[in-house]
Amino acid sequence: MNAFAGSIDRPNSYIGRSVSRPNAKRLLEGRGRYVTDLVLPRMLHAAFVRSPYAHGKIVSIDIEEAKALSGVRAVFTGEDLASICAPWTGTLEHFTNMKSPPQVPLPLEKVMWSGQPVVLIIADSRAVAEDAAELVIVDIEELPALADPVDAMSAAAMSKELADNICFATKLDSGGVEEAFDAADTAVEQSFIFGRHTAVTLEPRAIVADYDPSENRLTAHHATQTPYQFQDVYSRHYGIPEANVRVIAPDIGGSFGMKLHVYHEEMAVVGASILLGRPIKYVADRMESFVSDIHARDHRVTGRLALDRDGRITAMDVDDVTAIGAFSSYPRTSAVEGNQVIRLMGAPYDFSSYRANLSVVFQNKVQTSQYRAVGHPIACAVTECLVDAAARELSLDPFEIRERNLIPDSSYPRTSPTGYQFEKLSHQVCLARLKSMMNYDALRVEQAGLREKGILRGIGIALFVEITNPSPAFYGVGGARISAQDGAILKLTPSGEVHCSISVTEQGQGTETIIGQIVADQLGIDREKVRVMTGDTDTTPHGGATWACRGAGIGGETALQAARKLKANLLAVAGLILQAQPGELDIRADWIVETVTGQQRISLAEVARVAFFRSDTLPPETQAQLSVVHHYAPQGYPFAFTNGAQSCLVEVDAETGFVKILKHWVVEDCGRIINPLLVDEQVRGGVVQGLGAAFFEECLYNEEGQLTNGSLADYLVPMACEMPDIEISHVETPTRDTELGAKGCGEAGTAAASAAAMNAVNDALVGHGAVLTQIPMTPTRILKALGTI
Amino acid sequence: MKARAFDYMRPKCVQEALEAFVRADGDASYIAGGQSLVPALALRLQAPGLLIDIARLDELRGLSVAGGHLRIGATTRHCEILGSDLVREHAPLLARAAPFVAHPAIRNKGTFGGSLALADPASEFPAMALALDAIIEIASVEGSRRVGAGDFFIDLYETALQPGEIITAVYVPLASAKTRTAFDELARRRGDYAIVGAGIDAEMQGGFVERMRIAFLSVGSTPVRVGAVEAALTGRQLTPQAIRQAQDVLGTELDPVGDEHTPPEMRRHLARVLLGRLLGRLEANV
Amino acid sequence: MSGKVTISLAVNGETIEALVAPRTTLADFLRQDIQLTGTHTGCEMGVCGACLVLLDDRPVHACLMFAVQADGCAVETVEGLTHRRAIDDLQKAFHERNALQCGFCTAGMLVSAYGVLASGDELDRDSIRDALSGNYCRCTGYESIVDAIETTARLRRQHMEKEEA
Ligand SMILES: Cc1cc2nc3c(=O)[nH]c(=O)nc-3n(C[C@H](O)[C@H](O)[C@H](O)COP(=O)(O)OP(=O)(O)OC[C@H]3O[C@@H](n4cnc5c(N)ncnc54)[C@H](O)[C@@H]3O)c2cc1C
Ligand code: FES
Ligand code: FES
Repeated sequence: MNAFAGSIDRPNSYIGRSVSRPNAKRLLEGRGRYVTDLVLPRMLHAAFVRSPYAHGKIVSIDIEEAKALSGVRAVFTGEDLASICAPWTGTLEHFTNMKSPPQVPLPLEKVMWSGQPVVLIIADSRAVAEDAAELVIVDIEELPALADPVDAMSAAAMSKELADNICFATKLDSGGVEEAFDAADTAVEQSFIFGRHTAVTLEPRAIVADYDPSENRLTAHHATQTPYQFQDVYSRHYGIPEANVRVIAPDIGGSFGMKLHVYHEEMAVVGASILLGRPIKYVADRMESFVSDIHARDHRVTGRLALDRDGRITAMDVDDVTAIGAFSSYPRTSAVEGNQVIRLMGAPYDFSSYRANLSVVFQNKVQTSQYRAVGHPIACAVTECLVDAAARELSLDPFEIRERNLIPDSSYPRTSPTGYQFEKLSHQVCLARLKSMMNYDALRVEQAGLREKGILRGIGIALFVEITNPSPAFYGVGGARISAQDGAILKLTPSGEVHCSISVTEQGQGTETIIGQIVADQLGIDREKVRVMTGDTDTTPHGGATWACRGAGIGGETALQAARKLKANLLAVAGLILQAQPGELDIRADWIVETVTGQQRISLAEVARVAFFRSDTLPPETQAQLSVVHHYAPQGYPFAFTNGAQSCLVEVDAETGFVKILKHWVVEDCGRIINPLLVDEQVRGGVVQGLGAAFFEECLYNEEGQLTNGSLADYLVPMACEMPDIEISHVETPTRDTELGAKGCGEAGTAAASAAAMNAVNDALVGHGAVLTQIPMTPTRILKALGTI
Repeated sequence: MKARAFDYMRPKCVQEALEAFVRADGDASYIAGGQSLVPALALRLQAPGLLIDIARLDELRGLSVAGGHLRIGATTRHCEILGSDLVREHAPLLARAAPFVAHPAIRNKGTFGGSLALADPASEFPAMALALDAIIEIASVEGSRRVGAGDFFIDLYETALQPGEIITAVYVPLASAKTRTAFDELARRRGDYAIVGAGIDAEMQGGFVERMRIAFLSVGSTPVRVGAVEAALTGRQLTPQAIRQAQDVLGTELDPVGDEHTPPEMRRHLARVLLGRLLGRLEANV
Repeated sequence: MSGKVTISLAVNGETIEALVAPRTTLADFLRQDIQLTGTHTGCEMGVCGACLVLLDDRPVHACLMFAVQADGCAVETVEGLTHRRAIDDLQKAFHERNALQCGFCTAGMLVSAYGVLASGDELDRDSIRDALSGNYCRCTGYESIVDAIETTARLRRQHMEKEEA
């Protein structure tokens, strides 16, 4: 397809332009409306009593004293909520033999991780609810905790519903791997550890659940990126008709995948609102976030590469063990990350023999699940570190070895040995662009000069492939009620402006802005005249919302097609008014014009006025359609893959193990760019999350399964002084699956930043006998690798 | 994360504060900048029945020079230390350390006296008080007394302060023309409590060390003076060899603890590196 | 014990008399008692900077003090700074540079920026980053925020030089 031919110089041609976000003004003036800000009449507040143990049997719970405290309105335990809430199980049918124990809001018999909510207190204020929480006496008989994933694989099942602790296991084998390794001139092998980290959105999870028994109606003001999914979940698990459930996701203080999973607390609070018939607010405090938000990663991977004499990769073999906590998360499961790890391995490179083993294991920790760049950073780091290891072995420059192995840009479409179908990628162009942008050769000269003075600089590069624009192949085929399509409603106002409500959602990435750009562009009207609304299941059509980089690609295409539909309707009315052929008319700068001459005939506002208020002046039988509804589901390729290349420049203090990140470069190709300003900031934010993982972020547990750094003072997030400036360049390879041609970009930064950082540190340490294969690369780990301590 | 309920009072003078504490029968806490106490209350690690706010007491304020000492009133805020010409001139080591204390907004409220009273071994000012051989003036209902920094820090968060006592001021001996100082720390992120840090206050004459005091932070349960290292350097020139020997002495003198991020051997190693670097860059002016 | 106490303070230039529980933090007082929700909380322990406000014209954490401690003081929030147009240029620079995404850190960033711009110090990128050392942002990666503050500092300097000339 790709009939799209937007010229940037035409009036109202917004696609491809850096424009600022209209809705950001509200946020800049302190007028944001987040769930955390919301107050409703008669609203109560929730707090939880949590398990102090990672694993244990609940012997008794004494809530009497808590209940008696002044200001406490209710105290609920497992039975209270289980009796009204259908349990949920986090499995997907297309993951063969995947299993997970059923979950209920609050546990009935056992606690499965330290921090699991056990008792729900409802009180007049959060402070009083916390006072009451201190008065609850929970007697738990501690059981041995399974913290280590490898131990957990062979240990007795910790859930009575399951036979063992394996959630999901799978193998991929394209054949020929053993033979390729036997015939290889060079083989490299490394074992990696990717620490657990977590999303740490600045606004914690928040919900105000408001059940009105008179109408059997639930309104959930919910800080989530996927309101429709939660409408479905609340409806089915609490038995309320879907049409009676309204989920409103207003301004959201960051999400990154963390706010699309079903959490026990939110489910419990919805249940409590149903039981009490009053609005109830729950905002996780930061200490609760660390023990109850999903964590991510936690993979141990062994990878091998076989190469021939010329440094060409002939085969890759990997084994990934990932630990996901006590349950697989719902409804997207905790197996998706592992699945993407083994399918994205080696993705940029041209080889055919691939084998992978994946084990997804239960343990007594909080759940892991999808967080920005699901699986990508692991696949990328394993691949790119192995490629660098091979380059060192073969004395090849890191650029050289990649140039020899990349899938040629001219050879698409192709299918990867792991089964992914690539429509068109641009690795060669991106790599060449990266090299010139960073002035690679000069950097190497500078590096050598500094090395003589004892200053260790390192340059690391990493190529990546990103999964975007997912079709139903992602979740739908697995039986999950998660939509891959989106819907939009466009309405003309009587003043000639346009109102758009759409099912993709905004968390600050600029969704509303780009949708406004597309609608204005396609309609030929001023951007200021388009008002975009998102995040309310009552006023927007059902759709996928925000996950896996789909907003621009799928939501954007939905808006584009909807706008074209509305435009056709408007031109039809204009044609009747002007007694002209609609085909000879166009809309430009809010005017109906003659397409050929550009001559202004009638303003859009006038068309609207006539259509709404003087339909009597239109020919009989005319029914002007001034609003349109349109849905769009991706067809064609199951995913729109994107690609790019990153580089990181670091300086390592070999005496202290401290690393200074000096600079980072990104070349990325997300297809048609709708707004370069927003794309760049998505990339920067993503890179910093990747650098956080590379150097700082890790959820540390002791052997008893206790999180030992679960506060924002102890868990190190990346801060301003430690992060570098990031230079970005774009290559545009639009997908032909849509008119718009846009793919996703939100995860690109995170996908490869940690890999580039690992290669940079290892480059700095060349000749010092140290290779880091674990992240975060802390000073302690660096000095240990160097043998200093 | 909401504090347990408490009562609050803002006394008019130190005497009233002291008496209020006695009346509360020990179930009280002074609050100065609140930058350490408030998080502890929010986490319910502490839950006194009464907060006695001493932040606005005139008697506890001010920076002045008198009798060969720089007097630092207990409620002098970190930002005042950082911006003060008096401190730069008379206690250059403090001026060097001040930018490393927390973040700008915390420095706008946190107080010098609060920092010493809390005695966090990872804090800069307690260690620098030790390196400067400061004198801490303490008031109680019984009257006023003075304790040298060397006797003040007893154990983890434990000081010579008896329950109900208030630090009123800290006296730092004035720097002389011979004074040379250095401070640095290794923290993962700017403003974090350091993995290890150290300050040196020395008097140098013709290239020789006449007197040297070195104090480390984050290497034990209190700020730590390293007397053996100081002794090893006194009377000597700071040659590479002397510095290396000092580092070796340090290796045997320190017995740091580990935490979830950092094993003890890492701390010991970093302390040695830091000592070497600081001895190589002692300077007169800030 | 723990009866409410009366306090009187100026918030964004308006005198406010209020009855507060001593345990109510200034952040909760602003957000809940007087509905100034522009100030956010992200950690309630002084490490994220989302709650920064001006206390007697200096940035402080509203989560690290109780409302009773602000009795008799002047507090200013992002709403007040906006209203008296003290940060128009800064907000414009943030907007044009897209120096915010979800916006949850933004009020704190603006207060820190206000503080460092008011200090009169010469600002470079390092000193701006230093001024933001206690402000966490998960979305932007910081560079755009540094850019916006740098732009504002430059424009203010140019403006002053013009006034002087
Ligand atoms: C995010 C964060 C980062 C920080 N980083 C650092 C850092 O890097 N380095 C550092 O040194 N500090 C750091 N701090 C702590 C900060 O410097 C504190 O302000 C300081 O340690 C305590 O001073 P305060 O006035 O706030 O004391 P408060 O919190 O008011 O009181 C602390 C304790 O001292 C007692 N007290 C206070 N004043 C007196 C007095 N005059 N007499 C007797 N007892 C008294 C109180 O009763 C209380 O028990 C950090 C704080 C935060 C929140
Ligand atoms: S809420 Fe105050 S610093 Fe985080
Ligand atoms: S913009 Fe989201 S935290 Fe900064």
